[in-house]
Amino acid sequence: MQLFYMSEVTTAPALTAKDFATDQEVRWCPGCGDYSILAQVQKVMPTLGIPKENIVIVSGIGCSSRFPYYMNTYGMHSIHGRATAIASGLKAARPELSVWVVTGDGDSLSIGGNHTIHLLRRNFDINILMFNNQIYGLTKGQYSPTSEQKKITKSTPMGSIDHPFNPLALAMGADATFVARSMDRDPKHLQEMLLRSQQHKGASFLEIYQNCNIFNDGAFEVFTEKSSKADETLFLTHGEPLVFGANKDKGVKLDGFNPVIVDLNEGHSKDDLWVHNEKDFYKAQILVRMFDDPRIAGHLPRPFGVFYETERACYEDVLQLQIDEAIGTKGVGNLDKLLRGNEVWEII
Amino acid sequence: MTRTQEVLQDVVIKFAGDSGDGMQLTGSQFTNNTALMGIDLATFPDFPAEIRAPQGTLAGVSGYQLRFSSDSVFTPGDECDVLVAMNAAALKANLKSIKKGGKIIVNTDGFDAKNLRLANYPEGVNPLENDSLSNYTVIKMDVTKMTREALSDITMGMKEKDRAKNMFVLGFLYWMYNRDMENTISFLKEKFGKKPDILESNIRVLRAGYNYGDTTETFTTTYKVEKAKMESGVYRSIMGNQAVSYGLIAAAQKSGLQMFLGSYPITPASDILHELSRHKAFGIKTFQAEDEIAAITSAIGAAYGGALGVTTSSGPGIALKGEAMGLAVMLEIPLVIVNIQRGGPSTGLPTKTEQSDLMQAYYGRNGECPMPVISASTPADCFDAVYEAVRIAVQHMTPVMFLSDGYIANGAEPWRFPKSEDLPAITVNFKKGLDEGEEKLQPYKRDEKLVRPWAIPGTPGLEHRIGGLEKQDGTGNISYDADNHQHMVKTRQAKVDNIADYIPLQKLDSGTATGKVLVVGWGSTYGAIKSACTELQAQGKSVAHAHLRYIRPFPKNLGEILKSYDTVLVPEINNGQLIRILRDEFFVDAKGYNKIKGVPITKGELIEEIGNYL
Ligand SMILES: Cc1ncc(C[n+]2csc(CCOP(=O)(O)OP(=O)(O)O)c2C)c(N)n1
Ligand code: SF4
Ligand SMILES: [Mg+2]
Repeated sequence: MQLFYMSEVTTAPALTAKDFATDQEVRWCPGCGDYSILAQVQKVMPTLGIPKENIVIVSGIGCSSRFPYYMNTYGMHSIHGRATAIASGLKAARPELSVWVVTGDGDSLSIGGNHTIHLLRRNFDINILMFNNQIYGLTKGQYSPTSEQKKITKSTPMGSIDHPFNPLALAMGADATFVARSMDRDPKHLQEMLLRSQQHKGASFLEIYQNCNIFNDGAFEVFTEKSSKADETLFLTHGEPLVFGANKDKGVKLDGFNPVIVDLNEGHSKDDLWVHNEKDFYKAQILVRMFDDPRIAGHLPRPFGVFYETERACYEDVLQLQIDEAIGTKGVGNLDKLLRGNEVWEII
Repeated sequence: MTRTQEVLQDVVIKFAGDSGDGMQLTGSQFTNNTALMGIDLATFPDFPAEIRAPQGTLAGVSGYQLRFSSDSVFTPGDECDVLVAMNAAALKANLKSIKKGGKIIVNTDGFDAKNLRLANYPEGVNPLENDSLSNYTVIKMDVTKMTREALSDITMGMKEKDRAKNMFVLGFLYWMYNRDMENTISFLKEKFGKKPDILESNIRVLRAGYNYGDTTETFTTTYKVEKAKMESGVYRSIMGNQAVSYGLIAAAQKSGLQMFLGSYPITPASDILHELSRHKAFGIKTFQAEDEIAAITSAIGAAYGGALGVTTSSGPGIALKGEAMGLAVMLEIPLVIVNIQRGGPSTGLPTKTEQSDLMQAYYGRNGECPMPVISASTPADCFDAVYEAVRIAVQHMTPVMFLSDGYIANGAEPWRFPKSEDLPAITVNFKKGLDEGEEKLQPYKRDEKLVRPWAIPGTPGLEHRIGGLEKQDGTGNISYDADNHQHMVKTRQAKVDNIADYIPLQKLDSGTATGKVLVVGWGSTYGAIKSACTELQAQGKSVAHAHLRYIRPFPKNLGEILKSYDTVLVPEINNGQLIRILRDEFFVDAKGYNKIKGVPITKGELIEEIGNYL
């Protein structure tokens, strides 16, 4: 009944990053973190083994949402906040496609917040790349739902009043099945997280810290700069203890439900530390809450990596199963039978 | 006892009771029974505004009006011959719509002190006991008591027993109109098959009602309405929203497209979501979205993927879809947006009918954003009209707005349903590869109809990006070029205007090609206008009727038709919307007739209004 055609996967020649670039001039500001993210996505795509005609990138509106124009796949640059909903419909109709959403912090958490949480709870097998620059870039620098409180922007000359979202806690609250964080300035880690997002069967929520050097320069500096990165970040590895610091001599342990920093040189060993388990739903709730303001003394380091991953049936698969089941029990729908119904009469 | 049988030509019955009394079911059962006799009919369900209005109050009255006739029927009738009133509120709410001399069948149990008080009758006043109903024939029966008696040997709670009350009335009317009850008995068997005691009680009470008429000596006359002289063929009864659903399924089947419905529940459109959700065996995917914006945008995503994208809603939901409709116009992607109109603005009158979203359909988006508009005029017409909406959407790569309203949606009529093989073909050609000399896909390269190709993901070599930003014609690349924007605005308009070459010319529904008055209507006013015009024509009056299905673009000959009469009269259930568009497009001095009361325009009102111009 469907007239779709799919290419033969087996005959696809090996692709390179270049195959995924387009002839469109990239129009982000020089120095924008989006360039690095684009480069990493272009590097990862050829390794996925997916023919490029089966990849669709859907975006909303924002600087970040220009992304599809620069990727030589199928793509849609849609309207503000709705990429997640468009992608949901596309995936429902065409489960065999690899569907990616590129969205900003405003796009996905402000105007499109509703669709984001609903995509996550429904668990469409879609990869959401959320470029978080903690600002509205495209509209020239208003605060966003992830901007820190008291932020001075064009629309908040006396400092913003809004308490910011913690995006990963929101994703956990929406029962996302894959929750991860990376950053524009760590290409290797970002590539790994992109790969993991794709490998996860179900909705993946990958938050990517992205520097907007024009309107919010340095927002993530403490996490990305060589001088502070090691002490301010905590890279998560499944099955490994939470160790950080330039000399790998600091760790995080759980004191009841509270994560606390311990010094491995002073009476603590790695055995005392919290061992990361991506499958641990309860601990993941604590991990996403490690969201301290790095300006406050005694703050916890900011985790990066896969916080949580679990398996749950995908919406599009169950939708198809119901159709198969209906056909199995009733047979393929017969239009003439439907139109006729149960009760007819004849006029001669 | 001698009994007489009277043959009637035309009967209007209104079933009225508390929303918990099952009047909609009673009405629709009597309707199906009537239809199966080959009698023509039209219905008008009148729902209370609140789902859980307090029992017994005026706000809780639910009505179902049915007209049936051995002649052709186009409206559910202006006044009732028979009112069934299950309680005092039902009588009070409907008294003014009963014909003088008409019959009122009352359930006396619904007129106790409490019910009278709830219906706001003054202390000590009971309309059944004074002479306020002397102009009518009142048939009093204690339905509650007789229902309980019929079930006296069944062990079942009193409340449960009382639920079968409506069956008593239905049985009585079946007797009164000489019907057999088989269709209702098999309906009950299907509905309550798994609950044998409820099934048993319903059937018993139904028979008790019938026997009550048959054995009680007070009723000396039964009535009969002969078969109508309808075109020969096989018929069924169909409701508007059901016909929309079937039209969409048929169009999906005939086009070979998978249907994807994105929808958010809203009265009076929800039934389409419900209906389509039941037909998964046709491969239909229904998605109850988190809001109307997700409903339409998910359908856009599905359409981009090569599915038949559909979204269904009513006015407030359509307002939310506005921005996404603009996106669909820019993407030039097929999409069907169904608006089952209701009273507005804002939440307005959710359960009442109105035609007040035409301007919204025509203009209600930002920017120069033309979109075809198709409207259905009767319940069965929804099938053909929505089928056309799909055809235009996929063959012209455009979103299409389909308009119906609450009155059509819930109304029923006989339908000579088509055979699938007789339905017009809807050919869809997805682009399969690059054209000769094309280096990469030009997503906005147009054919002679100005239509761009539908290139769907999964097709090797056609990778491309589209979006809501203005784009260069042909390549689809983002373009801020001034001349290009003007060119694109004009092109998108021309593409929609061109559809006029692919739709039928406007025909007159009745009347002669020139004359004194042309009545131009759209949507659910069809029946009333048709009835009024044919009646006046029979009196030799110079009146013609044209009813529009294609509102954007208009059929090419419409302007000419409008100029062939002394007066153009446009009756609408709104404050004058089509009339403004007609004046604007054709510069005609059209006259409006506007009734904005949440109920249909009646034949009588129209005859009077048309008379002013004769
Ligand atoms: C309906 C609508 N409202 C407002 C806008 C204006 N607008 C465009 S992008 C944007 C915010 C973008 O911020 P974000 O999503 O964080 O993306 P960034 O530019 O920072 O990458 C706004 C408010 C719009 N395009 N559409
Ligand atoms: S405004 Fe900021 S986010 Fe936008 S392109 Fe420039 S640097 Fe990047
Ligand atoms: Mg941003």
